[in-house]
Amino acid sequence: MIISDPRFAQALARLPEYLGNHILLSLCALTLGIAISLPLGILASRNAALRWPLLAVASLVQTIPGLALLALFYPLLLGLSNLTAMAFNAPFSAFGFLPSLLALTLYSMLPVLRNTITGLNGIEPAILEAAQGAGMTPVQSLRMVELPLAAPVIMAGIRTAAVWVIGTATLSTPVGQTSLGNYIFTGLQTQNWVFVLFGCVAAAALAMTVDQLLALIESGVKTQRHRRIFSGIAGIALVVAAALIPGNAQRAAGNYVIGAKTFTEQFILAALIEQKLGKANLPASRLDGLGSTIAFDALANNEIDVYVDYSGTLWANQMQRNDVRPREEVLRELRDWLAGKNILLLGPLGFENSYALAMKRSRADALKIKTIADLAIHAPQLSIAADYEFLARPEWAAVRDAYGLRFRAQRQMQSTFMYEAVATGEADVISAFSSDGRIKQYDLVVLDDPKRSLPPYDAILLIAPKRAKDAAFLAALKPLIGAIDVEQMREASLLADRRDNKQTVEDAARWLSERLQKR
Amino acid sequence: MNEHVIALQNVVQRFPGAEQAALAGISLEIRQGELVAIVGPSGSGKTTLLRLVNRLADPSAGKVWVEGEETATRDPVSLRRRIGYVFQGIGLFPHMSVAENISITPRLLGWNATAIEERVDELLSLVRLPLAYRSRMPDELSGGERQRVGVARALAAKPKIVLMDEPFGALDPVTRDALTRDYRALHEELGLTSMLITHDVLEALLLADRIVVLNRGSIVETGSPAELMRAPKHEFTRTLMQMPEQQAKRLASLLEMH
Repeated sequence: MIISDPRFAQALARLPEYLGNHILLSLCALTLGIAISLPLGILASRNAALRWPLLAVASLVQTIPGLALLALFYPLLLGLSNLTAMAFNAPFSAFGFLPSLLALTLYSMLPVLRNTITGLNGIEPAILEAAQGAGMTPVQSLRMVELPLAAPVIMAGIRTAAVWVIGTATLSTPVGQTSLGNYIFTGLQTQNWVFVLFGCVAAAALAMTVDQLLALIESGVKTQRHRRIFSGIAGIALVVAAALIPGNAQRAAGNYVIGAKTFTEQFILAALIEQKLGKANLPASRLDGLGSTIAFDALANNEIDVYVDYSGTLWANQMQRNDVRPREEVLRELRDWLAGKNILLLGPLGFENSYALAMKRSRADALKIKTIADLAIHAPQLSIAADYEFLARPEWAAVRDAYGLRFRAQRQMQSTFMYEAVATGEADVISAFSSDGRIKQYDLVVLDDPKRSLPPYDAILLIAPKRAKDAAFLAALKPLIGAIDVEQMREASLLADRRDNKQTVEDAARWLSERLQKR
Repeated sequence: MNEHVIALQNVVQRFPGAEQAALAGISLEIRQGELVAIVGPSGSGKTTLLRLVNRLADPSAGKVWVEGEETATRDPVSLRRRIGYVFQGIGLFPHMSVAENISITPRLLGWNATAIEERVDELLSLVRLPLAYRSRMPDELSGGERQRVGVARALAAKPKIVLMDEPFGALDPVTRDALTRDYRALHEELGLTSMLITHDVLEALLLADRIVVLNRGSIVETGSPAELMRAPKHEFTRTLMQMPEQQAKRLASLLEMH
């Protein structure tokens, strides 16, 4: 049934690229992790003073959620990259592969470290003394006796690390690394459960395959059967080769890269840009599912060439402004500020996607709530559900303080579930996006903001410094400026988000493309 | 000191945190070709003493000579490769075959493959094991067979000195008896100088040229089995030496009763 679903064919078409990147990333991280933790484990097995701090640090890393660890590495590397750029004029890419690699490497270290120490310290003292008594140097004893005897335990640690790394690698999508996580992040956003399932199954199948191959090596090591060790290694080599052959693990040089944040509208607009560039014979690829500030930093550092952001977002997050100004003024100041960073603001797309507080129409009518000021009166009896960002953003602080909002309960959730929550009455108010198709779908009402505490959020097209003078590129994108109105954006989003007769983001982008306004 | 193969002079061994010294001033000389047994109760310092000879441990004070050279000036690894070592735990390498276990020291010394093959065969017949045992793994052997492999491993690099720490302790009496006899024969045949730790006085009496009685880290007295049996100078030695005799008497009276 699932196999006959057209979304299955779409998912399958992306498999070489996603799987290739996933394998490459996981195995690099695992190799690096082993290369670091094996010698460290050997040292720690000989030195009790080193042992517990090492294990403590490795355990601590393990308690950091994978997504947070990945997200932490991005700003860290970015700072480092800026330093090397200043000091040696040699900046490196702090985006995508590198932060994912380092975070996953750290993640892989604990099981290898722990099992190396356990394996080596578990060897019978009589055998160690025999090795010494026979005239082995410490290095010979390690190589000829201790490591072979500890090998089964160490291999078990490597297997655990491999499964962890392959699973966690799905979380590298938001820092710009393509992986099987792209299915999951995109699918979750557009309620494309076929994609989500496909991503999970693919990651699990990969983890199990690698685990079984490592198990083969482990049993070969244990029983001294070299054929098993060889077949295991050959199997892993085959997996790596499979990742490399399609050549999809890297993007072709010279391609334009379009960034997109983690929601449907962004996916559609990125697809629309891709189609526009394609028509102008400019080959382009998309990086979907980037974290909000990661997308901006990536553009500023020329890691991506173009993406859509929102004036209010940059106003508050990047310019650190919390005053509310009229639309035109925000755009003008923003354009100047971006120019200072050599980023080109090509222009607004024509619609706004502002943060807004929304309620189910029936509930709002029953409580006679029309504006946020009305809401403030009832808020202590109501609950709010917000996406991951909103409650931490200055906009929330601004609107909260302007109206004195205080809710009975506030929760954070994936924005897909947020709309479900308000529709089913689980939450009374949500932090909606004004251009979201689901406002229409669920019959929500967007509350007025009489004090104008929420800043304007024009969708704007941003161009990376290195493309700011690329005439062909800019010419291909120009027709998008001022060409999309909010009703059409909502419609397009709904096409991709709705449950029945769901369309792909590419189809939704084509639908939108046919309805672009002539300026 | 040169006429002695092994010599210890005023050796003291203290372990950190221990109140009493494990060895409290030991002096001992062993001549070429001697088989010396060290007897004494548990904790008397027997193993500690033995470990000083091949520098598995270094003394807190005092000097040790092996073949006329002070061990402190020698590289411990090359020293150990010249001294055979068999100990209580046997310590066969479980991931190596019998042949690989036996040939470990020659391999470390860089012998060529043919010489190693020949030596393994030679040693297997020397310790009376079938040549078919070459490829067996240690866990396929009985306790006695393992101990024979342990002896073969110690003799592999043709050492002139062999140290043995209760090598036959864990074996059944029949196997044990056969092995001790076999070892004595090897000792003669190969012209070895051997130090053997045992807590079995009878074994020491039957096997050794000379017995060293150790108690609380000091040598009580040394002498040939006959001397110590006939004229022990210390009460401690007397009690120790009487044990086999008393056992023999009890055995005799048991036989008379029937």
